[in-house]
Amino acid sequence: MRNLVILGAGTGGTMMLNRMHKLLDMDHWRITIVDCDKTHYYQPGFLFLPFGIYKESDVIKPKSDFFPGDAAVIYSEIWKVLPEYNKVQLESGEILDYDVLIIATGSRIAPEETEGLKGELWQKDIFDFYTFEGAKALAEKFSKWEGGKLIISITEMPIKCPVAPLEFAFLADAFFEDKGIREKVSIKYVTPLSEAFTKHNCSEVLGHFLEDKGIELVPDFNTGRIDNENKKIVSWDEREIDFDLLVTIPTNKGADYVGKSGLGDELNFVPTDKFTLRSANNENIFVIGDAANIPASKAGSVAHFESEILAENIMHYINKEPLEAKYDGHANCFIESGHGKAFLIDFNYELEPVTGSFPLPIVGPFSLLKETRMNHIGKLMFRWVYWNFLIRGRELPVGSEMSLMGKDIDTILKPATN
Amino acid sequence: MSIAAGVKEILGKSLQIDADGNLVNLQDWDEEIAGEIAKEEGIEVLTEDHWKVINFMRKVYSDTGDAPSIRKLTMQSGVDTKLLYALFPKGPAKKAARIAGLPKPKGCI
Repeated sequence: MRNLVILGAGTGGTMMLNRMHKLLDMDHWRITIVDCDKTHYYQPGFLFLPFGIYKESDVIKPKSDFFPGDAAVIYSEIWKVLPEYNKVQLESGEILDYDVLIIATGSRIAPEETEGLKGELWQKDIFDFYTFEGAKALAEKFSKWEGGKLIISITEMPIKCPVAPLEFAFLADAFFEDKGIREKVSIKYVTPLSEAFTKHNCSEVLGHFLEDKGIELVPDFNTGRIDNENKKIVSWDEREIDFDLLVTIPTNKGADYVGKSGLGDELNFVPTDKFTLRSANNENIFVIGDAANIPASKAGSVAHFESEILAENIMHYINKEPLEAKYDGHANCFIESGHGKAFLIDFNYELEPVTGSFPLPIVGPFSLLKETRMNHIGKLMFRWVYWNFLIRGRELPVGSEMSLMGKDIDTILKPATN
Repeated sequence: MSIAAGVKEILGKSLQIDADGNLVNLQDWDEEIAGEIAKEEGIEVLTEDHWKVINFMRKVYSDTGDAPSIRKLTMQSGVDTKLLYALFPKGPAKKAARIAGLPKPKGCI
């Protein structure tokens, strides 16, 4: 028997489990998946929890619902990978041998990286919404909050789902408007980037939106510490911003065992070939989703598009063939803009998001880089697609390679500056 | 290497720059050019500490093909975060990359 071990059973790991289970001859292969948590979280739904748009039961299901019957599942923390011996050591001391290893342990928030972030105000006046607990606690806070200075702050790039903080700002504006207290809430959007978003074409459109909604953009702000006593965030170059309520996206890091195993960069993300998705340093270690250091957004759609390519390349590796499949950096994100509308963007390593219709020319039904109700409906429908198709490794009508169909190519001014 | 979006006159030389205003060709760069770009970024004199960062960035770029992130800079260049921001206010990785004649770091996706 040969062994495929998958570390992490989130979006990427579960998809790879289902894909490889179909591709590998199960008479000769054993597939083992390891995760410390028995619950599968629909992470895009965390954005909606604070505003009461989703309830807790909308975003959680047992992980075991999505595993094929004969996969070996181990619920445990991972202690270390020993790449020179092709072994994984679990926290219990148990050792797993592998012929092929897939790292799918994603990224996590690391509030401990910023001085004062996890101080006395944590989950009292300072919240995250990138965790289930954080989003729930913030929902509770928002239900009672009567207004003041709301700061939405990105601590450090890269982060998971770089559009989520912007969506959060738009939804907060709509939420307080609907509540009738918008005039009592001032909103600032604080980012280390020089504009609203990582992609310049989007920044131009979305930056306007911030302005129209009365949300102040504070660019080039690199958070150094949080002053709990005076309720200020302070940048490394000593600029200060007052807050009554701080919603922060803390530094994102890869899993600790990645660092401990010597497999990671300075943030515990695994150096990975951006086309083949094989780790840069070990020929039998492959990486999917947020865990990789590739210059693509850390997002579920990216993991999905990667999964098709990665499955192909793992089969090439097993059959001693060149890794021919190439991931093009394709990402596809709905961006909620509040009041039941949303944007949709579609881009890859080379091309910036453009206007047009998606996935089909003219009929769409979705509009690219434009705010429509249909895009919002698409975002809500996506949850069903996620639970029923995506993580089960079933095919979607959207291919992994980005298509130029329906896109207004003449609006492409320049290649993406990744 | 990035794509040329324009030409810029520095010290009497016409140099190709990309959409971010960074030099396109590594070989166009020298210490005097760095000094001129630094002035544009509001840094009048490049001190020994500035050079520590700039040289580190050029070394990482030639080793890996990408300019380092702020975190990599502070972990490995021997200059701590506080000092780094004092040397290159607001956006150290971006500013230092520009002065070092390198494209903007890819870290921000």
